[in-house]
Amino acid sequence: MAKMTLEELRKLRSSQKSEMERRDVDGKETHIIVGMGTCGIAAGAKMALDSFLDAIKANDLKDVVVKQTGCMGLCYSEPTVEVKVPGMPDVIYGNVDAAVAKEIVEKHIIHKKMVENHIQDKPAGDIIK
Amino acid sequence: MHYSLSDMILDLIQNSIEADAQRIHLDLIRKADELIVRLTDDGCGMTKGQLERSKDPFHSDGIKHKHRKVGLGIPFLIQTIEQADGSFEIQSEKDKGTTLNIRFNLGNMDTPPEGDWPGLFLQSFCFEGNYELIINRTIIREQGEEAGYTLQRSELQDILGNFNESGAMILLRDYLRSQEEELLDA
Ligand code: FES
Repeated sequence: MAKMTLEELRKLRSSQKSEMERRDVDGKETHIIVGMGTCGIAAGAKMALDSFLDAIKANDLKDVVVKQTGCMGLCYSEPTVEVKVPGMPDVIYGNVDAAVAKEIVEKHIIHKKMVENHIQDKPAGDIIK
Repeated sequence: MHYSLSDMILDLIQNSIEADAQRIHLDLIRKADELIVRLTDDGCGMTKGQLERSKDPFHSDGIKHKHRKVGLGIPFLIQTIEQADGSFEIQSEKDKGTTLNIRFNLGNMDTPPEGDWPGLFLQSFCFEGNYELIINRTIIREQGEEAGYTLQRSELQDILGNFNESGAMILLRDYLRSQEEELLDA
């Protein structure tokens, strides 16, 4: 990759934005919230974040908000990630490594199916299929 | 997973943000076999007593972990540095801010790997809040020539808008990686 200048960055962003504006957005966003407490970082939260961004890019997803939060108090299952998709219950996933992150994007976000073995905070049983 | 130097520094930047810093300055100076890290913030700072306690692994202000006695990442950092023949200095003044001066000995086997710097920069820019973060990345080569780049959060925000939108974050990541690649290739 050649060194990008701020000017190039600005151009890329504005072409990205005008493309976003052309789509009819229903105002609903998906949220991915990655826990970045000390233990989250130690457990590889960075790899999870990278993998989420790669999968979002590869699938050309729009309207995804990616946030980092501090400690979620779940050290034992770090990296922990909360996923909120409109029309689905909010889910906290644990032990999210790069492969699981990719799976979450493909299953949960695109196909609206939960990635079962990694659910930390299970919504009521009748919601998960 | 290896806890790398960049992970430790991410922890420190997070401390600054949690200390309500408005301006954070990070200098990363890489020489042949050492890495100098200077981190300055204008956050809430610590009193002498708090500063002492911050070095105690079993002390916590109770903010991060309400029911447990676990300290900041500082004791762990100090231990790692001491084992690997580096140096660590912290100065802090209540309501003024905190300054850290760290030297990692990259030639020492016990020094953790450096880790992914552009990844650290991305993460440290993307926390929520209105803080300014200026990062100076410098490499001083054998013959003493210097190369490097500077990143400023407000400037990047101005171009990209909200970093949390994944499109912006992906571009930011590309930008940061390209700066680092150029620096290392040169
Ligand atoms: S640092 Fe692990 S849960 Fe807080």
